[in-house]
Amino acid sequence: MADGETWQINTSRKRVRKSVDRSLAHLDECLLVHQKSQELEGVEVFGVVEGGDILEERVRSAKETAKRPVSGFCLDGLQTGSMAQALRTQLISAVTKELPEDKPRLLQGVGRPDEVLASVEAGVDLFEGFFPFQVTERGCALIFNFNISSNPELAELEPGEDQETAGDSQHNGDLNPDDQAQMTSFEINLKDKRYQGDLRPLVEGCGCYCCRNHQRAYLHHLLVTNELLAGVLLMIHNTAHYHAFFGALRDALAEDTLDLLKRRVLGQTERKD
Amino acid sequence: MAATRACGAAANTSENIMSLKKALSVASPLTLRIVAECPVTKARACDLILPHSAVSTPVFMPVGTQGTLKGITVDQLDALGCQICLGNTYHLGMRPGPDLIEKANGLHGFMNWKRNLLTDSGGFQMVSLVELSEITEEGVKFKSPYDGKEILLTPEKSISIQNSLGSDIMMQLDDVVSSTVTGPRVEEAMHRSIRWLDRCISANKNPEKQNLFAIIQGGLNTELRKACLDEMTQRDVPGFAIGGLSGGEEKDDFWRMVTLSTDHLPREKPRYLMGVGYAVDLVVCVALGCDMFDCVYPTRTARFGSALVPWGSLQIKNKQYAKDFEPIDPDCQCPTCKRHSRAYLHALFKSDSAAMHHVTIHNIAYQLNLMRSVRQSIVEGCFPEFIRTFMKRMFPSRDQYPGWAVDALASVNITLE
Repeated sequence: MADGETWQINTSRKRVRKSVDRSLAHLDECLLVHQKSQELEGVEVFGVVEGGDILEERVRSAKETAKRPVSGFCLDGLQTGSMAQALRTQLISAVTKELPEDKPRLLQGVGRPDEVLASVEAGVDLFEGFFPFQVTERGCALIFNFNISSNPELAELEPGEDQETAGDSQHNGDLNPDDQAQMTSFEINLKDKRYQGDLRPLVEGCGCYCCRNHQRAYLHHLLVTNELLAGVLLMIHNTAHYHAFFGALRDALAEDTLDLLKRRVLGQTERKD
Repeated sequence: MAATRACGAAANTSENIMSLKKALSVASPLTLRIVAECPVTKARACDLILPHSAVSTPVFMPVGTQGTLKGITVDQLDALGCQICLGNTYHLGMRPGPDLIEKANGLHGFMNWKRNLLTDSGGFQMVSLVELSEITEEGVKFKSPYDGKEILLTPEKSISIQNSLGSDIMMQLDDVVSSTVTGPRVEEAMHRSIRWLDRCISANKNPEKQNLFAIIQGGLNTELRKACLDEMTQRDVPGFAIGGLSGGEEKDDFWRMVTLSTDHLPREKPRYLMGVGYAVDLVVCVALGCDMFDCVYPTRTARFGSALVPWGSLQIKNKQYAKDFEPIDPDCQCPTCKRHSRAYLHALFKSDSAAMHHVTIHNIAYQLNLMRSVRQSIVEGCFPEFIRTFMKRMFPSRDQYPGWAVDALASVNITLE
């Protein structure tokens, strides 16, 4: 991967333009070195698309980078917290329009399930991020449902108790783009007293080590007593759950049921006012 | 006719007595089978049959105070061959409390540990949290460090909590005094411990499933220890612990109390020496006749980056290991040594708590392995050789052997050349 530069929101057009130019120059240098190097034989180079939050610069960066002999594209500067989701989607769509269909697009720093869904629709293939880790760090467990394989009529039923209580102090979306440490509605906070006597697994039917062997009450106890095992078990579950979500996402794309998946996953964040 | 009938009746009675005895012994939740005894020292190798599984002794029991072993999953612990570990009544009694644990199918169910559990009574906290406690004949009054609430831990309450926890071995609530305390308090504590033992025995709701061990007290005073041993061995308990030691006293006094205790404890019941975990201490105290040990040391020191090895310990965080690509111990078969180098662990300590877990696993493996080797040598009749080899590996030269260890081993016919 070539190196890019990330920018704040509302960066001046002049500076953004410079970053696009610089990144392209870096890329060309990297490709030269890569060509000449024997050790790097077999190693692929990804180009990095910059452009801040300026549509024209994004398109220009994409067009130019696509001219180079790279094997894939990294979309930089669009990470969670950098801008509103709507703008991110717009920029990604515009970028991917300029990129060849047969080369992968990697998005850095985006992890929330709703953001992932929107980004996939806009043309992203690979995600690099640490959302499951962040969830673990705040003592939470991912519990959002992405199961659409059952009876579609059943899929419309009232969400379970967890989904109602999940992150009910939070409102997802763009209200606090900088507040990445905040709990989302895709998770439950196991430090909460309500889980003290809850003898169910984190997610019924989850095949991960944590859910097969332990209960919410135990996780609650570990968190309250500051025990190291809490992080171990939560990380196992959160990673497994997140990976399974991506599995469901791939299936939904293959079977053209993405809308159903979106409703299932995002339906849990809607306030039923 | 009358004579025959009388004989028949007598035969019936003795048959009844035999079958009653058999029924009782089958109902006993603890059986000790002595597999081998060292002809030179007082060491034994036994099979300790407990409700959840058999335990091979001598055994080291890792400590999982709050129902968890500091970052290690129960699967990992099981894979290391651990057959019994500890939980603490005081801590678990406070959080999450006995009612929830009982609902979750006891401590076994709550932490999902399928092998044996031993619970300490909460007595030791009287010493370790002495600022926050007040001791009377009734029990120990604690001020909770979490919410300032006062709780009274009586023998009855301790056993009640332990009954809810459902441990395979429960410890009596004893009146514990620090081993560095002298004077009448030591005698008072010893006598009270006997009275509390009786109260614990009466309070045990599950004698057919849970074993209650007595704890011998008496500080560093020979007479008091002997008096305690005489009294407590008269109670019908399935096992005895040697308590009140391993608290900072002189090692010269320590080993003398250990060997005095094992001299006066019944052969056919297990001897549990509490709070002992350093490798040298373990080997010596096995030679002095102890079967079971527990200590936080190996797991605690792991979190500081100290890895235990047959020749002492490695401080993994030290610069010298930054480029050392050997495992902690090339001869060790634990998952950490099979997969990771000292250099990796050294680097990992700077950024990730996973480093602690790797070293914890290694240290537990080290302790369990040590005891396995000790047991094997007793079974094969070469424990004295084992001790000599062990000491040579651990200390660079003869004059570095700890004096107390040399004396203690000499007392059981082991001379270290």
